[in-house]
Amino acid sequence: MASVSETHPANRSNPARWLVVAVPYVWLLLFFAAPFLIIVKISLSETAIALPPYTPLFKGFGAIGEFVSQLDFDNYLFLTGDPLYIEAYLSSLRIAVISTFLLLLIGYPMALAMARAPTTLRPTLVMLVILPFWTSFLIRVYAWIGILKPDGLLTLLLQSLGLLGADDQVQIFRTDYAVFIGIVYSYLPFMVLPLYSALEKMDNTLLEAASDLGCPPWKAFWKITFPLSLPGVIAGSMICFIPITGEFVIPDLLGGADTLMIGKTLWTEFFGNRDWPLASAVAVILLVMLVVPIVIFQNQQKKVA
Amino acid sequence: MAKSLGPVKRKFSPWTDPSAVPFIRFENITKRFGDFTAVDNLTLDIYEREFFSLLGPSGCGKTTLMRMLAGFEEPTEGRILLQGKDISGVPPYRRPTNMMFQSYALFPHMTVEKNIAFGLEQDNLPKGEIATRVEEMLKLVKLERFAKRKPNQLSGGQRQRVALARSLAKRPKVLLLDEPLGALDKKLREETQFELMDIQTELGLTFLIVTHDQEEAMTVSDRIAVMDKGIIMQVATPAEIYEAPNSRYVADFIGDINILEGTIAATASALGAPGAVRIDCDGIAVSVEQECQAVKGDKVAFAIRPEKVRISPDQPADTSANAVYGEVWDIGYLGDFSVFLVKLADGRIVRAAQANVSRLVDRPITFGDMVWLTWPVDAGLVLTR
Repeated sequence: MASVSETHPANRSNPARWLVVAVPYVWLLLFFAAPFLIIVKISLSETAIALPPYTPLFKGFGAIGEFVSQLDFDNYLFLTGDPLYIEAYLSSLRIAVISTFLLLLIGYPMALAMARAPTTLRPTLVMLVILPFWTSFLIRVYAWIGILKPDGLLTLLLQSLGLLGADDQVQIFRTDYAVFIGIVYSYLPFMVLPLYSALEKMDNTLLEAASDLGCPPWKAFWKITFPLSLPGVIAGSMICFIPITGEFVIPDLLGGADTLMIGKTLWTEFFGNRDWPLASAVAVILLVMLVVPIVIFQNQQKKVA
Repeated sequence: MAKSLGPVKRKFSPWTDPSAVPFIRFENITKRFGDFTAVDNLTLDIYEREFFSLLGPSGCGKTTLMRMLAGFEEPTEGRILLQGKDISGVPPYRRPTNMMFQSYALFPHMTVEKNIAFGLEQDNLPKGEIATRVEEMLKLVKLERFAKRKPNQLSGGQRQRVALARSLAKRPKVLLLDEPLGALDKKLREETQFELMDIQTELGLTFLIVTHDQEEAMTVSDRIAVMDKGIIMQVATPAEIYEAPNSRYVADFIGDINILEGTIAATASALGAPGAVRIDCDGIAVSVEQECQAVKGDKVAFAIRPEKVRISPDQPADTSANAVYGEVWDIGYLGDFSVFLVKLADGRIVRAAQANVSRLVDRPITFGDMVWLTWPVDAGLVLTR
């Protein structure tokens, strides 16, 4: 009788109960809040040629006044002043928006076909969607190099089909197109699954009712199916959009020198330039940018629950 | 001067008029799903302004028949005529029928108002006209105050009304009702049944209702088709179905009935009285006044409704026929009626129902009493099927 013990006053102050509640909060504090604060702190310090390569900010509790006076917003000023970073942010957002749109375009019909498939077939289809996870993400992206490179499988295929001359090659490797292909391929399951779960829940008699009331099927899709799948559309889009914005591996392996993404910039600042404070500032701004979609996503999840 | 009671309620029976043209005609309809035959070579006529029920147990094909009329299923064989026109191949969104779904199928993302307006919007009616019609419908189902609510903010009964309003908004030629009141409790169901009848008369529409609830079918319908395993067992008015079922199946499906298996002992010609039959039901002599095609020796059943059986502790004057003697085995007190289960010497049970006309808590007949059950010659009937 859980409901009884919950209202029982003697149990309300039970320390064991608090412990259970505290565990996830302690976890979040230790592994999310604390590292994030450290990043913020680093971003507010100056670059130093040392190990680690930044001036320590916090030297005991007695130095709080000193701490505040030493806070250094130079990194943020530098970031906003340099068009390279602004362009990297904008380019990341552009790639994430386009990719998410492409994912929706490809993922929605897939999810719809799965949801309309015979009930006995559906588990198999879901299985097929998550099957790629059985192979390492990195290996799958490397496989795309093999497909997309100028003398790769795609060129060979098109040549053997006669669509491409023997001396011609597909020139999309190390371009933004390759990045889009890689991103759409990698994130497709994350788009399809939330869409599928939203569409699968839908009552089919709603479409019969629409048809009965004079609404042809293509119109019923926009009037009934799509609005009712919106929670899935939003969930899928956010689950894809947020990590794509910070994506590093795919643009690094498939993109060209001119593929500008903030994840790559971040990596260069950390490991190439060893400018940890600036890199931290880049990360903090990225996070702030993503707070908006995250909040939208959370609100949507709350509505669904 | 006598007070006017309004127009006289006219007797409505177009099916008895041979010149009447059926509004809907199912012509030799067969529907198979794989190797299962849901509807088997069925022919049925429904007339304009009729309130028609398809009644039967689940899986008898009644819903399939309705879905074929709505256009959700196509018949495997045969054709459906609406006002004389074959509607095979016409998609549901072009048929002049509207359906009220068993699950109501209200659009959860739209308000009550939007749900009702949905069908009208598909016809591209002017905005003002849609608004007027929606208002009319809300008034009809008494939901004016709930226009802006979403379906999940309504009670079951209110949702059912929205579903009804939505299916009526387009003023369809035929309204199809699929188990419309199944989800409502008994009181609300009865109320709604009468409301449905009022609405049907008021709007002058043809209603086709699918139900497994025989009381509901009896209450609302002009005619009932009793179905079993994809075929129609009997089509008749509620009174005919109840008083003159044509088979053991219909007799047993509608209401409570005693069925005694027997053989014809003597027919009208032998008895010298027109329309009289004598049946021997394993020792019980039964005399029935009924035109009957059966001949001597035929296996038949004698059926009689419990409320037509009289129960008495006293021996009747004539015990040669239509009288049995037994022990009161069980009593079901229903308030308005008491049902007595009387066990005969050979173990057969015969039920007799008695209206509780006087306010007595202790009934004169009780458990273990030996009683006589009697019935007049015109109370029961012979079933040959």
